[in-house]
Amino acid sequence: MTHTPDTGAPPTLPAIPPQPSSSTPPGTSTARPPAPASPPTPPTRRRTAFAEGVDQLRHAATTEPGRLRVIGAVLAALVVAFGAVTAWQMTERAAAADAVLTSSQPLTSDAADIYRSLADANTAASSGFLAGGQESAATRDRYERDIATAAAKLVNAAANAAPGSPSTRTITKLNRLLPEYKGLVERARTYNRQGYPVGGAYLRYANEKMQQEMLPAAQDLYTKENERLRADYADATPYPWPAIALGLATLAALAWVQRRTYLRTNRVLNHGLVAATTATTVVLLWLTAGHALARSHLDDSYDHGVRSLAVLHDARIASLKARGNENLTLVARGAETVKVGDETLDAYDHDFTRDIGALAKGLAHARRLADDDTGAKPVTAAVGSMTEWKKRHAAAREQDENGNYQQALDMVIGAKGATGECFDAVDRNLATALKHEEAEFVTAAGDGRDALTGLPTGAAVLAVLGATGAVLGIGRRLSEYR
Amino acid sequence: MSERWRTTKPEGAMTMHARHLRARLKGWGGVGAMAAACALAVVFALAVTCTGSVASQAGAQPAGHRTAKALTVDARAADDCEAPEKQTLSPSRADGPAITAIKNRPGEKRKLVVGVDQNSFRWGYRDPNGGESGRLEGFDIDLVHRIAEDILGDPDAVQFKAIPTDQRIPAIQDGRVDLVVRTMTINCSRLKDVAFSAPYFKTGQQVLAPKSSPIEGYDETLAHRKVCTAKGSTAYAKLEEDRRSGDLPASTDISTTVPNQLDCLVRLQLGEVDAVVNDGALAASQAAQDPTVELKGEAFTTEYYGVAMKKDADDLVRRVNQILVDFRQDTATGWQASYTKWLSATLDDDPSASRPPAPEYLRRS
Repeated sequence: MTHTPDTGAPPTLPAIPPQPSSSTPPGTSTARPPAPASPPTPPTRRRTAFAEGVDQLRHAATTEPGRLRVIGAVLAALVVAFGAVTAWQMTERAAAADAVLTSSQPLTSDAADIYRSLADANTAASSGFLAGGQESAATRDRYERDIATAAAKLVNAAANAAPGSPSTRTITKLNRLLPEYKGLVERARTYNRQGYPVGGAYLRYANEKMQQEMLPAAQDLYTKENERLRADYADATPYPWPAIALGLATLAALAWVQRRTYLRTNRVLNHGLVAATTATTVVLLWLTAGHALARSHLDDSYDHGVRSLAVLHDARIASLKARGNENLTLVARGAETVKVGDETLDAYDHDFTRDIGALAKGLAHARRLADDDTGAKPVTAAVGSMTEWKKRHAAAREQDENGNYQQALDMVIGAKGATGECFDAVDRNLATALKHEEAEFVTAAGDGRDALTGLPTGAAVLAVLGATGAVLGIGRRLSEYR
Repeated sequence: MSERWRTTKPEGAMTMHARHLRARLKGWGGVGAMAAACALAVVFALAVTCTGSVASQAGAQPAGHRTAKALTVDARAADDCEAPEKQTLSPSRADGPAITAIKNRPGEKRKLVVGVDQNSFRWGYRDPNGGESGRLEGFDIDLVHRIAEDILGDPDAVQFKAIPTDQRIPAIQDGRVDLVVRTMTINCSRLKDVAFSAPYFKTGQQVLAPKSSPIEGYDETLAHRKVCTAKGSTAYAKLEEDRRSGDLPASTDISTTVPNQLDCLVRLQLGEVDAVVNDGALAASQAAQDPTVELKGEAFTTEYYGVAMKKDADDLVRRVNQILVDFRQDTATGWQASYTKWLSATLDDDPSASRPPAPEYLRRS
């Protein structure tokens, strides 16, 4: 529609009479200066719109305004595409970072808590059995609190699990088993109070349900939530290569266009193009810096938060298992044995040895991972308690081996100087350490997520500004041809 | 399993058995005849090599068939296991290697290590409300204390180990316990692995079911019912055998087995099984813990409880038999006193049905 007066081409309108389309760029004629020489060949047939369009483009590319128009369109498209890809990729990463912070990590912690509460409730119940009908108020409170925690966390986990997912099935199973388990324990208590040994049989049955169905299900849930957490991390941290590449390409294109303009016009600055370059540069810098920052925070939250938390959770579960097996050794009273090599060992005591080994390893690992004093202190304290526990356990075992069951019992579930004190201390210290690491995680992951705040929107807005700048800048050059 | 080898069977059962066998023989036809012929040959061989007591059983045909069955079903029992409760050594107070080893245990370990149950109400159990929470008590436990006092001079010089039903024999064989006093029935197959004392209690298998249940006893009312037994118990062996032979309806589901007989009561209360088959003495203990269940029908076997020991601990077997003699005779603190204290409430005030017969000591080596 624009005219090209300064090209010095002969008037075009009469030259091509048979082309009625007014949209035909007038510059077309410049492509064939010898046009008038050839006699007007009558068009044999009408050509397709596409072919005409290609023709027009080819013609357009041969004139400077045409080229400028193409360049303007490409520049605007590049800037917009860069902004869009950046916004899209960063939205994805920001969402994943948010999921890490607000859903998958808390759910992993919840799953660990479910496991812990269930195992602890079972240990409390077996302690209650060892103590006989007069279960202490502390044991009962502990049991009730554990059941309440497990129930509450299960509701939370159910609300956050995708319908129909394996997690949902596991949660449903646990929700069904929990009241069953509790029913068995209540019956056991009632019979215990009446002085009937069938109470003990109910506790064994409850324990079997816990060990063979509930704890494996809880373990399964924990594993699945952990996988989800790792998947969210994997979504949040990879470099947004497409966006970065597109950004660099856009900058290169802008540089080339400005150099071209400079070479043709000797004018250094085109305001529009400069604006576009600035906007693109800002987005690119923001993108790389923001992501690098987010990534470093997230990596930090993983290394010092999630890994520490996982190690601490595992250690806490190992200590619980050890305590449970220590109790069961006395409950079973030699009923279960395993053969290790030539030696016949008490099955539960054998498991205790394994669990306390896992606890020692876990605590050593946690201490290596602890990156500050506040984190290391409770772990060190837990190690101390564990050492004392081992010592007292050995003494209790000796009494039991010598047939002094009552003494052994007192040394395990008694009020003073019993292994129960050590277990409680380990558990308490691990809870403190977990709280600390959790706070560290929340800070780091929160910083990571916040580093991405506004990036998608900002990229989109700046991209629109940049594209406008590019179009205006090119338009300014084009207007010179009017 | 023990039932088949008992000589003291009522006459009626004998003729019924014979009739049953004849019917089976007819059904088997030629094959049966051949088997009988083979079996006869085996019987003669046995008669020549062994004591000859098998051959002396009247009637060549039933005896032959009987041996054939024994050979196919349970070849191990093919020797002269008659009256397993009498296969024990005569009492003696003399110390031998087994007793000396126990006495020579150092310091704190100078204790008798005994496998017991902690779940059998009034036999061997923990009273949850007893003062000392870890204390075991009951009829079996009384006997254990008496043995400890006799051998080591201190009734409390005992280390109790709770043993699941199916672990009793391995525990003895592995030397984890010196003896097992745990309502353990003396029978032929167990005699191959361990030595038994003379019987100290008489009981028999009985059916336990809810009072409201249509089950009437060990009969066809158990058809399509789930029956619970302890793993490795004589009750399970009997059910398995009877179901195979057709004496128990084939539709009876006996797949539920538990580590301990008391676990059966849990399953029964939870409605997971319809009935429990158990020694009457233990079934009565279960019924005592739940007023809504009862024993159904009469005992359908006769069993004797004995103290089990290592097969080669001859001196210990003789010593325990001596202690049992004293235990039965002692009216003040012996068998009668323990019965009255622990079992008269759940079984019967009159102990005559539970009192074992005068012991016989037929084992020679």
